[in-house]
Amino acid sequence: MQHTLIAKVENKPGVLNRVASLFRRRNFNIESLNVGQTENPDISRMTIVVENKGNNAKIVEANLYKLVNVIDVQDLTNQPTVTRDLALIKVKVDAIKRAEVVNLANIFRAKIVDVASDSVIVEIAGTEEKIEGLVELLSPFGILEMVRTGQVAMMRGDSPGVRHTPGANGHQSNNNKNTKVN
Amino acid sequence: MKKTGAQIVNECLVQEGVKVVFGYPGGAIMPVHDAMLDYPIHHVLTRHEQGAVFAADGYARTTGDVGVCIATSGPGATNLVTGIATAMMDSSPVICITGQVAAHLIGGDAFQEVDVTGITLPITKHNYLVTSADQLAEVFKEAFFIARSGRPGPVLIDICKNAQVEEAEFDYPKEISLPGYKPPKHADMNLLEDAAKMIGEAKRPVILAGHGVLMSGAMEDLRLFAEKTQTPVAMTLLGLGSIPASHPYSLGMMGMHGEAYCNQAIQNSDLLLAFGMRFDDRVTGHLRTYAPRARKIHVEIDPSEIDKNVEVDVPLVGDLKTVLEDITPIVSPKDNEEWLDQIKEWREETEARDILSWPDEEKLHSAHVIRDFWQKTGGDSIVTTGVGQHQMWAAQYYQFEQPYKFITSGGAGTMGFGLPSALGAWFANPDKEVWTVEGDGSFQMSLNELATVVQEGANIKILLINNSYLGMVRQWQEFFFDKRYAATPITGPDFVKLSEAYGVPAKRVTKSGDMENAIEFAQNTPGPVLIEYQVEKEESVYPMVPAGAALDEMIRRPITQKKASS
Repeated sequence: MQHTLIAKVENKPGVLNRVASLFRRRNFNIESLNVGQTENPDISRMTIVVENKGNNAKIVEANLYKLVNVIDVQDLTNQPTVTRDLALIKVKVDAIKRAEVVNLANIFRAKIVDVASDSVIVEIAGTEEKIEGLVELLSPFGILEMVRTGQVAMMRGDSPGVRHTPGANGHQSNNNKNTKVN
Repeated sequence: MKKTGAQIVNECLVQEGVKVVFGYPGGAIMPVHDAMLDYPIHHVLTRHEQGAVFAADGYARTTGDVGVCIATSGPGATNLVTGIATAMMDSSPVICITGQVAAHLIGGDAFQEVDVTGITLPITKHNYLVTSADQLAEVFKEAFFIARSGRPGPVLIDICKNAQVEEAEFDYPKEISLPGYKPPKHADMNLLEDAAKMIGEAKRPVILAGHGVLMSGAMEDLRLFAEKTQTPVAMTLLGLGSIPASHPYSLGMMGMHGEAYCNQAIQNSDLLLAFGMRFDDRVTGHLRTYAPRARKIHVEIDPSEIDKNVEVDVPLVGDLKTVLEDITPIVSPKDNEEWLDQIKEWREETEARDILSWPDEEKLHSAHVIRDFWQKTGGDSIVTTGVGQHQMWAAQYYQFEQPYKFITSGGAGTMGFGLPSALGAWFANPDKEVWTVEGDGSFQMSLNELATVVQEGANIKILLINNSYLGMVRQWQEFFFDKRYAATPITGPDFVKLSEAYGVPAKRVTKSGDMENAIEFAQNTPGPVLIEYQVEKEESVYPMVPAGAALDEMIRRPITQKKASS
C-alpha cells in the first residue's frame, strides 16, 4: 500500500539533496517526490509517496525529522484529502483520429493544449487513478511522450494529517498505536 | 566592528569556550590558522587529519562538550571522513572546520576542490557550506548548538577561501532560528504512566544503560531509579561507567562479548528498560530470539530509533535525565530479591570460568595484563582504546567506577582511534591519568601521532597488547573459517626502539613475572611512556555470541585442565 506524506521544509539550498540522500542512505523506496513553494516563501512543501512495507511510513517520517531543515511531517494516507497529479501526454493522431482523442479528453475534463499535423498534447490534472484511466485509453493511439509531476496533496478542512513520531520537533504524536499496554 | 572571516571564525570559537583545536594546515584554510595566532586558542598539529578528528572526538567524549578540528580542502577534508563517521555512529559532538576553494571556483574542479558537504552529508548531523563572511557568525552559533544538543553529533562547516579573507560586520548572535530543530525533553505523560505500570508488574526487569546515560548526565538518576525499583543494570560498550562497576546492581557489559550472566539476565528478563541505547546488533544478537519474554520500554531522545531494530511496547521520547526525573517519583519501590539471587547464581558460574581464576603459569594473558593495569591505576584512569580484542579485554577487565572514563569507537569500530583520542582526552583532562590500551594492529594505524604527543608534551601512557595478529579477525577465522589465517598475521617494528626514537621511554613485558613493575614504571616516569606486552598469540575473547546467534548462545571459554585447581 502507498503512503502519502507531506513535509514542510526550510527553503534553503541543498534541502532536496538532504531528503533524497536520506532515502538512499536508509534504503527507502519512493514512488514520487514533489517539491514546491508554499504560502510562506521561507518554507517549501514536499509531497512524498512511499511504498509502505511494515513500518516504512513511520520510519521514513521519524528519519525526516532527523534533518535539521525539516519542520513538520504529516501522513495523509486514508485521511480526507485532495490529491492531484498533472500529466502532459503527447498522442500520435492523424486528422481522422483527432476528433476521437478530443472526445476522450472532454470526457476526462482534460485539455488539448497543442495540436500538430500528426500529434496532440493532452493536459490532464487529477488523481492518479483518473490519469491512469486516460493513459490506458490513449495508449492504442500511440503515446509519443509523457511527463507527470507526481502527486501533490492537501488535507481538506483544517484538521492536520497523522503524526506518527512522538516528541519530534515539538509536535505530539496523534497516533497512539505504539502503546500496547493492556 | 568589521573583521575578516578568518577572525570571525576565531571569535566564534572563543565565544563558544574553545581553548584547543586539533588540525592540519593547508592552502584553503591558511587565513584561519594565521588569524588564530592572535587568539587564545591552542592549535595542536596532528600528523594526519584523521588524528585531529579522533582527538577532537576524545576531547568531546571526556568532557561532554564540543571538540573542534580543522583541516584544509580536498584531501585534508577527506582525511576527516572516517573520524566524522566514527563520531556520528557514537553521537559525539565534534565540529569540523574545513577550508574550501573560493566560491566563484566551486564546481570547476579547482586545485584541492572536493565536494565535502556532499561527501559528509550522510555522516554528519548537519553540515554547512559558507560562501561569504557575513554568514559565518550565524552558522557557528547554529553548529555548536546542533552538535551538543538533542542527540549530539558531528557538524561540519566548509568555509570558502573568499569567506575567510573578506570582511564582514561581526556580532555574535544571542539567539538562533531553527524552526525544524527542537529536541524533545519530556516524554508523553500518559506513556510515562503506562511505563510505571509495567515496571510495577515486572518480576525480572533489566535496565539496558547506553551512551545516552552519559550524554544526558543521568548517572545519579539512573542509580536512584535502579535502587528504588531493585533493577539490575546491564551496560553497552559505550554505556560503561553509567553505574559504578562495584555497585551491587551492576551487571557489567552486555552483548557479543558481554558477561555471560549479563546476557543470561537479558534473555530471561520479563521487562527491558532501554535507557539511551539503540539495540545495536552487537548487543542484541539474533533479533527474533532477543529477550523473547520481555516487554520493552525505550527511553530515547531520537525518535527514529524507536522500533528501528526492536519493536517496543512503550516509547518514551525525551531527554533521559528528564524522563528519569519524571518517572522515578511515580514508580513504586520494588522487591526483586528472587530475580537478583538468580542473577547472582549465574554470575558465580561465570566467574568460576573466568581466565582470572586460572593459575599463574608465567604465561602472559591479556586479561591478566588489564587486571593488573586496573589495580595499579585504582580503576581511576581515563582509558581510550583502538578496536579489536584489546578493546574488548579493556572493556571486560577494567572496572569503571566513573563515567566519561572509557573512550572507544563503538558503532563504527574504527581502528587507530586509541592514541589520537587519548591526545584529545589529555587536553581536556591534563591533570588526570590518561592511558590508551592499543593492539599492535590498531596502534600501527596511528602511531604517527607519537610525534604529536611528544611535541605537545602530552602525558599519555600507552599500554600495547602485542599478539602479532589482527586478533579479533584471527579469532573469527579460528571459530568460523577453519583456522585459515588469511591476512591476519602482522609484524611490527621493535616497538620499544620505535617509541624511543620518538622520544618516548618504553619497556617490554614478555612473561607474567615481569608485569610487576611495568605500570609503576609508566606512572613514575614523567611524560609519555609505552609499555609493550607480548602476550599469548592465539588467545580469544570470551564469551562470544557468534553473529546471528541468540544472545545466550555464547561460545564460552573452554573448560580445560587449567581451570582453577588451587
